[in-house]
Amino acid sequence: MDESIIEQIVAPNSQSPSPIVETVAMSLKFGRQVVLKEISIQIPKGQTVAIIGESGCGKTMLLKSIVGLVKPSSGKVIFDGQDIHTLNDREMTGLRKRFGFVFQNAALFDSMTIHQNIGFPLRQHGVPSGRQAERMILDGLAEVGLPSNVASKKPSQLSGGMRKRVGLARALILQPDLLLYDEPTTGLDPIMSDVINELMLRTRKRYPVTSIIVTHDMHSARRVADRIIMLYPYSRLQPGESQILFDGPPDSLDATKDRRVRQFVQGEAGERLMEMLSSREHSDLDAHHLHDSIAKKAKHEE
Amino acid sequence: MNNLSRVLSAWGGVVVQGLTTLGDISLFTLQMFVWMFTVRPKRETLMPNFYAVGVLSLPVVALTGTFIGMVLAIQSYHQFKSIGMETRLGAVINMSLVRELGPVLAATMLAGRVGSAMAAVLGTMRVTEQIDALVSMGANPIHYLVVPRFLACMLLIPALTVMADFMGIVGGYFYSVVVLGIDHAQYLQKSRDFVGGFDLFSGVFKSVFFGATIAIVSCYRGFHCQPGAEGVGRAATAAFVQSFVMILALDIVLNLFLDGVYFAIWPSGAKLF
Repeated sequence: MDESIIEQIVAPNSQSPSPIVETVAMSLKFGRQVVLKEISIQIPKGQTVAIIGESGCGKTMLLKSIVGLVKPSSGKVIFDGQDIHTLNDREMTGLRKRFGFVFQNAALFDSMTIHQNIGFPLRQHGVPSGRQAERMILDGLAEVGLPSNVASKKPSQLSGGMRKRVGLARALILQPDLLLYDEPTTGLDPIMSDVINELMLRTRKRYPVTSIIVTHDMHSARRVADRIIMLYPYSRLQPGESQILFDGPPDSLDATKDRRVRQFVQGEAGERLMEMLSSREHSDLDAHHLHDSIAKKAKHEE
Repeated sequence: MNNLSRVLSAWGGVVVQGLTTLGDISLFTLQMFVWMFTVRPKRETLMPNFYAVGVLSLPVVALTGTFIGMVLAIQSYHQFKSIGMETRLGAVINMSLVRELGPVLAATMLAGRVGSAMAAVLGTMRVTEQIDALVSMGANPIHYLVVPRFLACMLLIPALTVMADFMGIVGGYFYSVVVLGIDHAQYLQKSRDFVGGFDLFSGVFKSVFFGATIAIVSCYRGFHCQPGAEGVGRAATAAFVQSFVMILALDIVLNLFLDGVYFAIWPSGAKLF
């Protein structure tokens, strides 16, 4: 894309002291099931935030609410001063070129080639096809370390890591202000996970993008994030407790006193396993041993 | 009393679910029409769907049309021969084909070949977040995915119907004249006397509604697909079964309407004997 067009997109926020993304008491329910309860987060421009938490705590739904893919039951999502859920279709379409979304399994369009997949946002937002668009697509591929001969292939012909990189190239092609990653390293080998981490860091160095990364991968979160937010499933909270158990820089994660945060960060099942075993009324001897050992460990930690 | 309230509650649930689905489909259809008339679909989305619906469905429609024409000849021959009216076989076969079997056959083939595939493709796109990806990049999924499929089904099913009619007529003629030895000239003459332009029109007219129904039901099922492989399978099956039921139900209503129009124009109607 022409530099001037990119500047036009980025410029509105460059002087803004207010957060680029903000959720205000945002709640999300499906029927009677509460997924998110009064989540209030402010993310300044240029910050990289990792949202961690166990499966089912609502991380992905929070991410989808932020880009308007899911409408919250109550509360607001404010992007650059606008409540996005009050915008009409046309206004929302205009705003979407400022978002890039990297989906968990890349969500590439099966019926299109890689070239068409990466070029999709360009066509959708009126960038004419031609030499310039062609160059942008090939540059996009090169930026994520993929050779140009990949362009003519279909997504099914690529490995999981390559598909994720194509997904990243597609999300980056319009140089969005806000980049959202849904579990970018899940299902990848350690080397490819590190490649994705490196690409996320390089993107941030290249231009002042604001990033929100939903991940289970603590190594990735610590490596790329300026700030970590840990969500906890609403159904297991004490009455009146906030769903956000931790919000701070990665360095202070280890110093937290909340055992649930420590257990998640250290990858220990702890009370969760005890809950699961007791709920099943497990009579198996091994399970009792496991139960006792976890209880002893928890006591020792206290 | 307790049992009665349970039964009433269960039936109430079914009614509410049915009405909710009907409302959902109506809104879905309305949104599709709004998008269809306000933003022109792109050529790149239209052409693959026109090809899949029109070109790729032609062979199977032609083949089944031929078989149906021959089967009609086999089934009717002995009855007509017993009353010495075998020369009128062409009239019956061709009338059945152009008014009823041609459009219903083309629609059934379309529902089976294209409708269930549409539901499976859209369902897979839903499950693998491709529809979310479309939305996140500023494309409206109804405009991008549903409108081209609707247009392809609605605009090309008349051509498929004419093909089913034609091949059925050829099949019926071949079996009646070549195999059964019915007089060629009389076979064609009686057909011409009995089957008119309105009959051909009524079949083609009905097919447009069948095509629209197939596209809407199949796309709706795909869009509301449950997660997982089982969800996609169910969406594809539901798309075919519900399209087929809707086609037959619509067929009754449209036949009543077209008969009303026919007898208003030609009160005495055409006579077979």
